[in-house]
Amino acid sequence: MSVLEKVRPERKPAPAREPRVTDEHGRRVRVGELALRYVLLLAVLALTVGPFLWQLSTSLKGPTEDIYSSPPSFLPGDPTLHNYERVADTVPVWDYALNSLKVAGANVVTNCVGSALAGYALARLRYRGRRAATLAFVLAMLVPVEGIIIAQFTTMRELGLNNTLVGVVLPGCVGAMNVLLMRNAFLNLPYEIEEAAFVDGAHVWQRFLRIALPSVKGTLAVVAIFAFMGAWDDFLWPLIVLSDPSKFTLTIGLNYLHGTFANDERLVAAGTVIAVAPLIALFACLQRYFFRGVGEGAVKG
Amino acid sequence: MAVPRTTTVTRVRRQLPTSPWLFAAPGLLIAGAFVLYPFLSTLANSFTDRRTLIPGRFVGLANYREMLHDDMFWIGLRNSTLYVLGVVPALVVLPLLLALLVRKNIPGITFFRSAFYTPVVASIVVVGLIWVWLLDERGLINSLLETIGVGRVGFLSDQWLLLLSAMAVTVWKGLGYYMIIYLAALAGVPRELHEAAAVDGAGAVRRFLTVTVPAVRSTMVLVGALSSVAAFKVFSEVYLMAGPSGGPAGEDTTLVMLVQRTGTGLTGRVGYASALSVVVFAVTVALMLLVLRADRKEERV
Repeated sequence: MSVLEKVRPERKPAPAREPRVTDEHGRRVRVGELALRYVLLLAVLALTVGPFLWQLSTSLKGPTEDIYSSPPSFLPGDPTLHNYERVADTVPVWDYALNSLKVAGANVVTNCVGSALAGYALARLRYRGRRAATLAFVLAMLVPVEGIIIAQFTTMRELGLNNTLVGVVLPGCVGAMNVLLMRNAFLNLPYEIEEAAFVDGAHVWQRFLRIALPSVKGTLAVVAIFAFMGAWDDFLWPLIVLSDPSKFTLTIGLNYLHGTFANDERLVAAGTVIAVAPLIALFACLQRYFFRGVGEGAVKG
Repeated sequence: MAVPRTTTVTRVRRQLPTSPWLFAAPGLLIAGAFVLYPFLSTLANSFTDRRTLIPGRFVGLANYREMLHDDMFWIGLRNSTLYVLGVVPALVVLPLLLALLVRKNIPGITFFRSAFYTPVVASIVVVGLIWVWLLDERGLINSLLETIGVGRVGFLSDQWLLLLSAMAVTVWKGLGYYMIIYLAALAGVPRELHEAAAVDGAGAVRRFLTVTVPAVRSTMVLVGALSSVAAFKVFSEVYLMAGPSGGPAGEDTTLVMLVQRTGTGLTGRVGYASALSVVVFAVTVALMLLVLRADRKEERV
């Protein structure tokens, strides 16, 4: 369920010869109300985006500029990238970024492949034990990660995978919710096409790859984006499983930077900008799927 | 049909017994090994004195009895409960108001919707560190407070202000997410209801209470359930703002922080941390049932 798709059809573009602003019911919005709306929108904008801009501004302020001044100066007097060089000298921030990228990339691949395969099996294939398999995924989805994190840690130790990036990826590499999302997507496809292919002699693998999978690209994109964001942003699990600073991901590295060099606000600011910029860029390009994922995740989760 | 039907059927039949399980295998393996097995082993470990490096033996209910006399457990339970009480009402109401604000398709509204969603995309570590700097003794908010003559406030040094600040950050980060959920729900409210109420002379506030709220009530319950479960399991915000030891004298420790502190590392008390995890799990389930029951009761009236 995509929010934007739901909202969009209601928009009625104003005719060119009579420019006026209408609401979602096609009625005219009064000027006074419109002004009030924009004032409120701008206030919320300052509240939600302002903190990110302040962080960006702090990261661009040079060593001689007073970052504690009162009243505060919102723009850097002499913008410099010096802090980004210094943060890389202090902690291996680019290695951390690479580790995060590896973890997030692997999480995308395993979640897309694993949940598409399992979702297809749950939705389409007839076999004994299918209901039990579905139930297993539903139960797995309901278990809160925070409640089992200690057992996951001991399991990882027994496997000898603690303090490795594989250990970071493994527990979430095929999310149960993603499997159920894919199952629903496959269930919503008309069965007749696959039946026709079946009669034509296409075997399971061909029907899956050539017919079913191309029809659920949208859901697959949602799974991919949320897998990337989840792995890139995750904090608690990597904090528990990683102990060697050379293996840190960006979030753990930032926590380390903050704990060790807490007084140097410019450095921490530069680090957070490095961590958040790729995701904001991703979001800016693929908003549609982010919003769609919220709808699907909320209904299922 | 190019392929003779008889061979097709035999080929398909031969594949059926094995391939569905091959499709589901990766997902089932991960869900079993890293969610369902850890869940059962958490339950089992909670009755042992297991440590990270020592296997441990059965101790019955000793861990649960110890909990009753552990001040830290009660502090954690108190803080996590306060977190639910503080965060959930705000996250049920504020995003609904925000959704109403961004609902009308006035020029530029897509930009505002996306901008309000930005905090959701950012990692909780980034968000936590941004607010640590904003709320710092010499940070932006205190500079502004000093400029307008209020004077500086120790947001991050007082036990209660710290917890309150962390709650505010949680609400700030969640606003956009729940706003999107409400936006989808509002799209389904029939406009005739609004118009009829307007004709009857109901003002905006009255229409909100008598038309909008009843129409999105089930969504409010959903948001209440989602946000209360998430709030009880709070870890990152408080960990980052109060520090690993949980603020002054550990008074800001949450239950999941206590689980993490007790059960991880080489000296981790896995048995006791598992018992704490069982409490986290039990309260989470209870909160879900409570919210859903409240929903059903209201429906009967």
